[in-house]
Amino acid sequence: MKTLEQAAEERILILDGAMGTMIQRLGLTEKDFHPAGMEEHPILLQGNNELLSLSMPDAIRKIHEEYLEAGADIVETNTFSATRIAQAEHQCEDLVREMNVRSAELAREACAKYTAMDPSKPRFVAGAIGPMNKTASLSPDVNDPGYRAVTFDQLVVAYKEQVEALLEGGVDILLVETIFDTLNAKAAFYAIEEVFEKRNTRVPIMCSVTITDASGRTLSGQTIDAFLISMAHVKLFSMGLNCALGAAQMRPYLEAIADQANCRVSVYPNAGLPDQMGEYRESPEVTAKLVGEFMAQGWLNVVGGCCGTTPAHIAALAEEAKKHQPRVLTPIELNS
Amino acid sequence: MSIPAYSGLEPLRIFKESNFVNIGERTNVTGSAAFRKLIKAGNYDEAVNVARQQVENGAQVIDVNMDEGLIDGVQAMTKLLNLIAAEPDIARVPVMVDSSKFSVIEAGLKCLQGKGIANSISLKEGEAEFLRQAKIIRRLGAAVVVMCFDEQGQADNYERRVQIAQRVYDLLTTKAGFPPHDIIIDPNILTVATGMSEHDRYAVDYIEAVKWIKKNLPGVLVSGGVSNVSFSFRGNEPVREAMHTAFLFHAIKAGMDMGIVNAGQIGIYEDIPKDLLEHVEDVLLARRPDATERMVTFAEQFKGAPSAEVIAQQAAWREGDVAERLKHALVHGITEYIDADTEEARLALEDPVKVIEGPLMAGMNVVGDLFGSGKMFLPQVVKSARVMKRAVAYLEPFLQAKKDKDALAPKPEGIVLGTRKEGAKKVLLATVKGDVHDIGKNIVGVILACNGWQVIDLGVMVQSATILKIAREMEVDVIGLSGLITPSLDEMVHVAKEMEREGFTVPLLIGGATTSRVHTAVRIEPHYKGPVVHVIDASRSVPAVSKLLSDNERSGFEAEIKAEYEKVRVQYEGSQRAKEYIPLAEAREKKFVIDWKAEPPVPAKSTGVFTFRNFPIEQLVPYIDWTPFFMAWELAGRFPKILSDEVVGEQATKLHADAVKMLDRIVKEKWLQANGVAAIWHANTVGHDDIELYSDASRNKVVGRVHTLRQQSKKAPGVPYIALADFVAPKEVAPDMLGGFAVTTGHGVDERVKKFEDQHDDYSAIMLKALADRLAEAFAEKLHETVRKEIWGLCRR
Repeated sequence: MKTLEQAAEERILILDGAMGTMIQRLGLTEKDFHPAGMEEHPILLQGNNELLSLSMPDAIRKIHEEYLEAGADIVETNTFSATRIAQAEHQCEDLVREMNVRSAELAREACAKYTAMDPSKPRFVAGAIGPMNKTASLSPDVNDPGYRAVTFDQLVVAYKEQVEALLEGGVDILLVETIFDTLNAKAAFYAIEEVFEKRNTRVPIMCSVTITDASGRTLSGQTIDAFLISMAHVKLFSMGLNCALGAAQMRPYLEAIADQANCRVSVYPNAGLPDQMGEYRESPEVTAKLVGEFMAQGWLNVVGGCCGTTPAHIAALAEEAKKHQPRVLTPIELNS
Repeated sequence: MSIPAYSGLEPLRIFKESNFVNIGERTNVTGSAAFRKLIKAGNYDEAVNVARQQVENGAQVIDVNMDEGLIDGVQAMTKLLNLIAAEPDIARVPVMVDSSKFSVIEAGLKCLQGKGIANSISLKEGEAEFLRQAKIIRRLGAAVVVMCFDEQGQADNYERRVQIAQRVYDLLTTKAGFPPHDIIIDPNILTVATGMSEHDRYAVDYIEAVKWIKKNLPGVLVSGGVSNVSFSFRGNEPVREAMHTAFLFHAIKAGMDMGIVNAGQIGIYEDIPKDLLEHVEDVLLARRPDATERMVTFAEQFKGAPSAEVIAQQAAWREGDVAERLKHALVHGITEYIDADTEEARLALEDPVKVIEGPLMAGMNVVGDLFGSGKMFLPQVVKSARVMKRAVAYLEPFLQAKKDKDALAPKPEGIVLGTRKEGAKKVLLATVKGDVHDIGKNIVGVILACNGWQVIDLGVMVQSATILKIAREMEVDVIGLSGLITPSLDEMVHVAKEMEREGFTVPLLIGGATTSRVHTAVRIEPHYKGPVVHVIDASRSVPAVSKLLSDNERSGFEAEIKAEYEKVRVQYEGSQRAKEYIPLAEAREKKFVIDWKAEPPVPAKSTGVFTFRNFPIEQLVPYIDWTPFFMAWELAGRFPKILSDEVVGEQATKLHADAVKMLDRIVKEKWLQANGVAAIWHANTVGHDDIELYSDASRNKVVGRVHTLRQQSKKAPGVPYIALADFVAPKEVAPDMLGGFAVTTGHGVDERVKKFEDQHDDYSAIMLKALADRLAEAFAEKLHETVRKEIWGLCRR
């Protein structure tokens, strides 16, 4: 069977769309979020989407299948916040390992089914690693700029636990995404390297940063160029952008990445910017057209969707991607 | 990303044009007593201010060191770095985490979202520990400084430095996954002039080791802590400053990329008094065995500095004329007298604009030249810019008054905005993304503002989106892009494309050291339908802008530029097109044919070898072709018209005068010896392309064979494919001859150039080389004439 690298050489790969948006559509209630044996959990759990991998595994697997049906080559596990630090606010720290293993298995099962249907188009599971809800570079206390709610070492411990469990569940890729604090991301990559070393194995790593607004910087204040330099030590399968912005607003930052990255390039924007009601309303056709312009520039190897995108968006992107060639990986030559 | 790059909130890339990266050392408890006191007292607010001042003063990286017995290094490092992270104006630069304790380095790197530098590790505790530390640093995403230190101790001679550098390089690249550009080797700057003869070569060995590393370990950078070198003279600031300055001058020339320096302790190489410099360099370069002794004696006079003499020297500059004083103040970053001097210049020149265009601009040009040649460092240039801004700020009310309502007022910093009447034309200037160089751009800004346009200066590292956004919002009439480093060229192309994409039509000016007319014509202009003009230097920006903004001249000027650039493109493409060749046999068939019957060869009056030893140089002087001489000095134009050129005329005239003066000395003092030789042989072409030389007129004995090359690149039909052999008669047709000659005027050049270089008189050294080159050409002309007129006697006139 083709490896991820071989598939990426042939075509632009399609990543899936939003998990949260699809879960919202299910119209779930509080009790749906309680796995068996956790009916008496002391606090409310609705919104802790990672728990659904345990309480409603069929629903999560079905979402994966909808994206695979739409043409996704890669699906992301339902593990964005499945870390000890992020789960602390739900008092679900002890479920972290199970969440990650189970989520990876669900995605695996869905991928195996679709790969079996068409072995010429193998499907891959990316273990989703979110940014955490605490940041190592920023103080949450305006009166004490030196204070940190979390340390690098604490982040490494939490990320290692997640990475171990994802690999145990059988993911093909690790995807560190929605990076808004570079130091948190550095901790994630540090943890990944430690786990790789311990297990004496590697899987491809994807990295996706979030530029929060028109300042062109991450939330923690780095320019895209400074961010790329901060990540230069990590051996990546791909580098790219996701979340916060729609495709239209991502253009200059994506171009900077395409100019400089010495690995593959990915983008999975939101379905535009949210409207006044907080809804993402960009149509699949518009998203596909905007991302299509980037593909036409030869900037991209992986495309997909973030907040507000649906299987319809992914289908439109998959259709558009057929018209374009993937970005050619060449060593960057700086003529200085 | 194969070039060295670090980051804070913003990137710092090291290009070969970057000169020297200067690392601030004030946030180092071992280097600064004041900082040590602040940390010990727990006064972190003030400590953060120290860091801020360093960045403001031009430090491109800040070194943080907390190594002090009574300070908890891990805790202090973490605290300060976390505080700095909250200050965007400090956090924009990368941090060098400096400690001899690895636990402190590790803790420091864990606070940095940017790519920092770990300073330092070494082989002191063996390979295993070295690799363990290196791997952690790599995993934390930092570059590493490695000291030349191993299990046997510190490398204190050239051989050990080189041997450890090689070992470190091999280990880091093969076993710790480091790319060479993330390795910074510190080959130990050790104290000289200690009185122990084994320390004499410390500085020289460092410099030699730097050269070896740059040559043998490609990509690796070299650093060092400079103040160590002068430790023997602590308390004697003028001597230490001279030592640091001279040491850096030589080390940077050898390839040193970065160093921890106290910018306040670095002077300007050119300014070190010649006698002090000689003593200092004797010590640093180990030029004589008694160097230390002589230096110690000599240094006495500076002790408890500044000594009377130093003060006198310092004050001496106040006696120059006002232009000299302004220049001195700019070069040395002295603001003390700037208001008074500016006022004096204003009264003398009776026009505030002329003060800017004249003495102030002249001073900034000197600053630019010194920086460009590595004789000034960035913090000094920043100081110069401050002095310039002060002077312009002083002149502001006079500029206002002069121009009345129509006046402009360049503000001392940030956006320079003129207060102009309604409908004033606006010029937007920016140094493009990724580039921090702005001396040239600032000069352009001031000149344009002085000529009455409203200048909107967006500063350095400006994203294309920002340029376009402000251009649209402010409805600017011209956009000017500047850049010094090579990647800026691509960025300018990008901005031009974006302007086109967003439907701009305003003129685009391109300027800066790496830009060129050819690049502008070939790479930039085709992407933008509006006018694109390359401006070679600041002085040309005024006519370009005035034509582009004039209702009468704009269309003519645009058409002229378009046509010119089209021509440049055609030429460029012509020169780039792969050449088409025809087979040699075909070329021989289409050779240049001479009818030897109609035009028989003219026999030479005499044959043999003619030697000209010690030919009188004065006879060569009239044969000098001066135009290439000016080209060597990068002044474009034909001689003698160049002497009256509007732009370079003054420089050219001065240069020519200096050259004539030196020529006079070359002749009178017999600096150079001109030797030449000419020969004429009996000769004939044989086969197609070879010329045989014979011992005598009998043509029986062949003494040599000259193989000539035939043209083969495809030509228009009917055009011959020439070889030199075509011009010598074939053996079967008629007897012919061949002449040859060789000349030199180079004997004596090297010795004399070395003398100049030893005196750091590069100007005279280059001048002499340029003149010797011209004399050789002149000798060739002269000898050729002698052959034509006398020896061969082809023509009498």
